[in-house]
Amino acid sequence: MKVDVAIIGGGLVGCSAALALRQRGLSVALLERGFCGAQASGVNYGGVRRQGRPIEQLPLAQRAHAIWPKLRQLIGIDGEFRRTGQLKLARNETEMASLEAYARGAASTDLKLELLGANALAERFPWIDREIAVGASFSADDGQANPRLVSAGFAAAARRAGVEIYEQTPVLGVSKEAEGFLVDAQGVPAIRAAHLVNAAGAWAGPFADAFREGVPLGRIYPSMIVTEPMKVFMTVNTGVEGGEVYARQVERGNCIIGGQRGAARADDADFSRPTDVGVTTVMQRAVRLFPSLKNAHAIRFWSGTEGAMPDKNPVIGQSSTTSGLIHAFGFSGAGFQIAPGVGEVIAELITTGETTTPIDAFSIARFFVDAAKGSGAGAPPQSPQSRGT
Amino acid sequence: MSDAAKDRAQPLIVGAGPAGIRAAATLVAAGLRPIVVDEAPACGGQIYRQPLVPDGRDARVRYGSEAPKAERLHREFAGLQGKLDYLPNTLVWNLSDGVADVATNGGHRRLAHDGLILATGAMDRILPVPGWTLPGVFSLGGSQIVLKAQGCVIGSRIVFAGTGPLLYLVAWQYMKAGVKVAAVLDAAPLTAQMAMMKALPGFPAIVLRGTRFIAEMMMKGVAFHYGINKLRFEGTSRIEGVSFEVRGKRRHLACDGAGFGLGLKPETQLADLAGCQFAFNERDRVFLPQTDTARRSSVPGVYLAGDGSGIAGADAAEMSGERAALSLIEDRGLAVDPGRAGKLEKELRKIFAFRNVLEQSFPFPSQWIADLPGDTMVCRCEEIDVSGIRDAADHFGIVEMNRLKAVSRIGMGRCQGRVCGSAAAELLAASTGRPISAVGRLRGQAPVKPLPMSYAAIAPAVTGEAAE
Repeated sequence: MKVDVAIIGGGLVGCSAALALRQRGLSVALLERGFCGAQASGVNYGGVRRQGRPIEQLPLAQRAHAIWPKLRQLIGIDGEFRRTGQLKLARNETEMASLEAYARGAASTDLKLELLGANALAERFPWIDREIAVGASFSADDGQANPRLVSAGFAAAARRAGVEIYEQTPVLGVSKEAEGFLVDAQGVPAIRAAHLVNAAGAWAGPFADAFREGVPLGRIYPSMIVTEPMKVFMTVNTGVEGGEVYARQVERGNCIIGGQRGAARADDADFSRPTDVGVTTVMQRAVRLFPSLKNAHAIRFWSGTEGAMPDKNPVIGQSSTTSGLIHAFGFSGAGFQIAPGVGEVIAELITTGETTTPIDAFSIARFFVDAAKGSGAGAPPQSPQSRGT
Repeated sequence: MSDAAKDRAQPLIVGAGPAGIRAAATLVAAGLRPIVVDEAPACGGQIYRQPLVPDGRDARVRYGSEAPKAERLHREFAGLQGKLDYLPNTLVWNLSDGVADVATNGGHRRLAHDGLILATGAMDRILPVPGWTLPGVFSLGGSQIVLKAQGCVIGSRIVFAGTGPLLYLVAWQYMKAGVKVAAVLDAAPLTAQMAMMKALPGFPAIVLRGTRFIAEMMMKGVAFHYGINKLRFEGTSRIEGVSFEVRGKRRHLACDGAGFGLGLKPETQLADLAGCQFAFNERDRVFLPQTDTARRSSVPGVYLAGDGSGIAGADAAEMSGERAALSLIEDRGLAVDPGRAGKLEKELRKIFAFRNVLEQSFPFPSQWIADLPGDTMVCRCEEIDVSGIRDAADHFGIVEMNRLKAVSRIGMGRCQGRVCGSAAAELLAASTGRPISAVGRLRGQAPVKPLPMSYAAIAPAVTGEAAE
């Protein structure tokens, strides 16, 4: 099979890139080892926020920000996206100072933040314990969405747009040929593609290694709790500075609460589960911060497998060794909001060779610069490998 | 007890029904001191459930022909007190790496254990039909518990519908309790039930007892209909009647209570959390945790007993409970009587063979799926109807159960699909034209049942980090 672009990974990044590429008229094959949107893209918390991101991510986040309200046109469903606002709470003066510093840093960007003192916070958000929260930073235009629907929705829309999606199809090996790439995937004929996108999330490492771009990609397992449906009281997506606990309430009434990390399953390392220590710790924090939760029941815990970089910035952009190859992985627990923007950037890079959105900070080469300097901070480029794992 | 055994953590038994009690007695006899955790306030499981408060009825009234077995097990378990640690009213909500998290009397404990016997039992298998969520419609098992444990009845004129041996047993028990049983509606055709005669030589008492129940009910004027289709429970704010088709003709019966169930399904969530391998079981159309004849699961140190690993009834549960305990004892390096183990396995084989005949007599009516109206509620917790499932599967191109859960919310509610999961699998299989074995099964998640948010934190706080 010959296509313009082969994409490894059916998460939100891979599927949104596939859709954006089809819209620009390219032929696309997407290979997913499991099911599209079944990993981090589909099981994350569902925060759609720019606030709190490193400043260098804000232009990309802003690009994505414009896409979210248009989901219905783009993928046929709104994905339960609601611009509810996002509130970041300070529990002490140090945390408040940190929120203030962030707001100063973001002042020149499109992210509009409003700093709230204790009284204003208590007045506007009386469901937050005022003994704990002493102040906050509010981003009125951020919000939340349902990751299960958004990730599946992009996959379905990509399929309807003509992307060849192969699920339960692990990629066994990738290599560069004179004219593009050869992709060897389980159970399908060899795929030849002019461009290759490595959007394999926590599984992206071997596909970077294969082009001598070994990077320190780790795994994290964000841990989530959902309550039974309750009368809606939590009007905004809320978290504490530092991320020890964050929560949102969906229109149906369930509260989704995050914080802490799970662990990989002993019997299947590609899946993870919350830990008893983690979930009960977060439950206690949540009940203290949001007293309305005191008499609620938690009905389910879950976790997911997410690729993470040591500097918590993703790898996005052209390969440093191989023309036609684009990496987009390692979103480090904060990929959901920016993913639709990343899809557009990838499509731009492939069709025009450049992008209007600054992404230099996310170059894979940042890990090799340090190695070349001998700092030891990054992994040195590895020897060529033709097959992934 | 050997010195080595003293250094090891206690074995843990989950469930104090016939399987759990026999397992506990066997471990105690071998000099071990198990922990027995059970959700109920008193031992006995569902079948030998004890009343919450004494109600003046004796065991013969409560348990019928099974009274001697019930009394023997209750007595046996009472005699074990002091030789084991018994936690009634206690939910095991999570299992991981030799630790069970339990919620007990509003508090919690973390039980480290060495050797785990899961005797988690079974619950009613339900296929949603129109009106099944109306007040006054009970599951067959629920109808029986109300009568057995509380001395209450679900109505004054009752229709029992579904299929399986429990259908006839519960109807007969209600009749004996003096309630008007209007009719018994069986999804299985009468011809299927003739298969039961094959079991007559091996298990005459059971077959004849079933026949006697039917004869006694007929004499009391209970109507029987076989091979029914398009069952509906009808009423505005509560059940007022039942309608169904039989031989192409629509019938209607007035009633003020209904019992409904299509056999039983094993409670397998803990086996799932323990990491046990599952395999599809063609007979019961469900995925079951795998076990060998010695009741060892695929996970070392985890043993499966009773209906929780495959429906075979209370007598088999006692035997598999004992067999599982013998394996645990043997795996701890203690001596067991190989003759006893072999005898139990032989008896179990006979019962399993009988069970196969029984299930042929009362097949699950998967053909009902095609007839279900789109507005039939499937998932009560999340309020998802048949159309909701079909449309979600169709819109997103879904072919697998966990993906169906992601896009439709089926199995995301309080019961996590314990009630609706098998029906959803049937619907997904039917709407995608795939065999039900190919659509997979919902992955289990803790907590197995809802947990109060005020549950105390298990360990000192560890700093967390943000995730999207």
